Amino acid sequence: MKGLKTFNRGGVHPPGKKYLSENKPIKNAVISDLSVIAMSQHLGSPAESIVNPGDIVREGMLIGKSTGFISGNIHSPVPGTVKEISDIYLPNGMTSKAVVIEMEGEFDRLGKESIETNWEHLSGKELIEIINSNGIVGLGGATFPANVKFTLPKGKKAEYLVINGVECEPYLTADHRLMLEKADQIIEGIKIIASIIKPEKLVIGIEINKENAIESLKEAALRADLPLDVVSLKVKYPQGDEKQLLKAVTGKEVPSGALPMEIGCVVSNVGTVNAIYEAVVLGKPLIERVITVSGGAIKNPQNLKARIGTPIRSLIEECGGFTEEPVKVVVGGPMMGFTIYDLDTPVTKGTSGILALTSREVRGAAQTACISCGRCIAACPMGLNPTTLFKYIDHTEYDSAENIGLMDCKECGSCGYVCLARIPLIQGMRLGKRMLRTKKVKA
Amino acid sequence: MSNNNLIIESSPQIKQFDSTRSVMWAVSLCLLPAGVWGVWIFGLRVLGVLIASIISAVVAEAAMAYLLKKNILNILKDGSAFLTGLLIGFNMPPSIPYYIPIVASVFAIMVVKWTFGGLGGNFMNPALAGRVFVFFSWTGPMTKWTMPKTLETVDAITNATPLGYLKSGLLEYTGSADSAARYLVETGYPHTNIDTGITAWLNTHMGFSLSDGYIDMFLGNIPGSLGEVSVVLLLLGSIYLFVRKIITWEIPVSYIASFGLLIWIFAGTRYSGGTYFTGDVLFHLFTGGLVLGALYMATDMVTSPTTRLGMIIFGVGAGVLTFLIRIYGSFPEGVSLAIILMNIFVPMIDQYTQPKRFGVQVKKEVK
Repeated sequence: MKGLKTFNRGGVHPPGKKYLSENKPIKNAVISDLSVIAMSQHLGSPAESIVNPGDIVREGMLIGKSTGFISGNIHSPVPGTVKEISDIYLPNGMTSKAVVIEMEGEFDRLGKESIETNWEHLSGKELIEIINSNGIVGLGGATFPANVKFTLPKGKKAEYLVINGVECEPYLTADHRLMLEKADQIIEGIKIIASIIKPEKLVIGIEINKENAIESLKEAALRADLPLDVVSLKVKYPQGDEKQLLKAVTGKEVPSGALPMEIGCVVSNVGTVNAIYEAVVLGKPLIERVITVSGGAIKNPQNLKARIGTPIRSLIEECGGFTEEPVKVVVGGPMMGFTIYDLDTPVTKGTSGILALTSREVRGAAQTACISCGRCIAACPMGLNPTTLFKYIDHTEYDSAENIGLMDCKECGSCGYVCLARIPLIQGMRLGKRMLRTKKVKA
Repeated sequence: MSNNNLIIESSPQIKQFDSTRSVMWAVSLCLLPAGVWGVWIFGLRVLGVLIASIISAVVAEAAMAYLLKKNILNILKDGSAFLTGLLIGFNMPPSIPYYIPIVASVFAIMVVKWTFGGLGGNFMNPALAGRVFVFFSWTGPMTKWTMPKTLETVDAITNATPLGYLKSGLLEYTGSADSAARYLVETGYPHTNIDTGITAWLNTHMGFSLSDGYIDMFLGNIPGSLGEVSVVLLLLGSIYLFVRKIITWEIPVSYIASFGLLIWIFAGTRYSGGTYFTGDVLFHLFTGGLVLGALYMATDMVTSPTTRLGMIIFGVGAGVLTFLIRIYGSFPEGVSLAIILMNIFVPMIDQYTQPKRFGVQVKKEVK
């Protein structure tokens, strides 16, 4: 299609599979009797649990306190009794302390009329404090604490506020549904962020495979009289990555190793914007999120609004369970998500999707040696050479890897997706980056 | 409660359709029509040559896998040894004694491929290196050609390939023909009735003015290596590879285009009274191993550059070398030598054609 914006380097076109769930309205998921709330579900240092076994908690009560500059507050998604503080595995293989809450008692918000409060008289600082105290983190996947993102470094001005409605991960439709069903709320949320960072331009980027969402936001912006530039983007993975999105909508490249602020941009995902609206206007902490439950092995794919801490098993059951034995259960999107083996793994703030994939979708094959086809190089949106990086890392030459840009890798998975030899390239990149970071800490 | 049947793997959790295995077998499959054509026009003996080269390549691969304590079955399943064997067979004259392709295959697999670590490690196309090895070892049998059965002539004027016939003939030729195809017609190189018929039809109805012979070369009614002769079937097979994106345009197009351009500019000057810009491009594209080489061998992923720009440089280099060898060298044909020479340059080409990194400014020298 002509005239659509996109990034200029690399990128892949995995099968979208959005049709499985894009027409399913967001539905409230059944609340599980037992909620397991991880204390580490955001980027940065884990929250510190401030409850003890036996404590009675209310819905939305603070149970985990932010412990540093980059950290997040965590709230109880349900009313009930703290059963225990346990150690759990997160989908990404890390361990975390978790508060286990047995649901009992009355909900303070659920099923009750919510009161809209006026926020326009609040200062940026006060708004950031509300965002912080309600535990809002980026819901696009990185779970970067939102209050940190909106606190601009001294002397810096934001030229653009770019809202990310791209949702380039295959299968996922949670943001798509939000943009259709909560367009007015998202517009209000954009106003809130704009009043904090005072950007010159407001832009939202949406891939053209969500034409109705583009329309819906255009109309909502018109209704609210907000000068929001709704940009249609070409369907190409990873269009939704911050740097690729900014390249597409502003034409500028975020310098290697820098944050978007370097080119005067702040990026926020539509889910985050909606959460900010709910926190500021409705006074609601981040205790639930929309999750796409999909994949070839799911009987009835849906978009569920689920409480944080809900076991994944219960969401899968709500979607009719499996039609066939899946070979992988993935938390997140298929390109960047993590496989889990324990279906009792709880939902966290970063859980954008739950996918049960069949072998026809996974398309595994035997790993062979690299045959230098060069597909990974053509696919890398950062202009890196994944096969050479992997060879360096494989030979523990981490410094050589760093010299050719290892730290620029965002683990988007484009190289791994196209690899004919099925080399675990991303696993290598993660290992290499981790080794470099540990080395720096030691030095 | 955990489920032990679930795969735990690093992202991405989905992959594109193709794999090393599927690519290797797809290339072999696409070569099949041209191979069948070779068996048909050169006789059943040719099938024996193909089988000998394939089996020896596969056995050599299995032997190396065994010696190096690898999983033999896994190694063989990737199809690369089969493909190497097949390509070696394709590059043999139909009358070749069976031991020659066997030596070529064993050399290709054991020396060219495995001394550098097996699949992915070799820096030179094994099939071509194997072919060149036996070419210089047994030049006689490697340049003894058989007429295809569609082209049997009463006087059996020659058993040379069009390229060989041209090369040796031009040395003492002083006649009036000013292009390769016209030279062949004038000196009585045979061609089939099909060729005469189609050429006449094209010339009268479609406004062409072609010499006889092109259609034979395009269809494969000429002597040559048993798999290289049918340009049309090699092209047809490659369509599938292009559609599946197993091969990309960069190498074949830059190779054929640079070669064709140079032929057009310079080849005409080899004739008495010839001028620049009159070279017989079609003749040179349709003869010898050019199409087989450009589509199936220069595109070998292991031994070609990894970046797009690098692939174009590689293709142009191969085109220039093929042109030089064919027109000014002492061999009638230069595709295999050109490709393996370019193979040697691949690491250097790769080094200078790395992609431009996102968000990294190229520092310019300030005066």
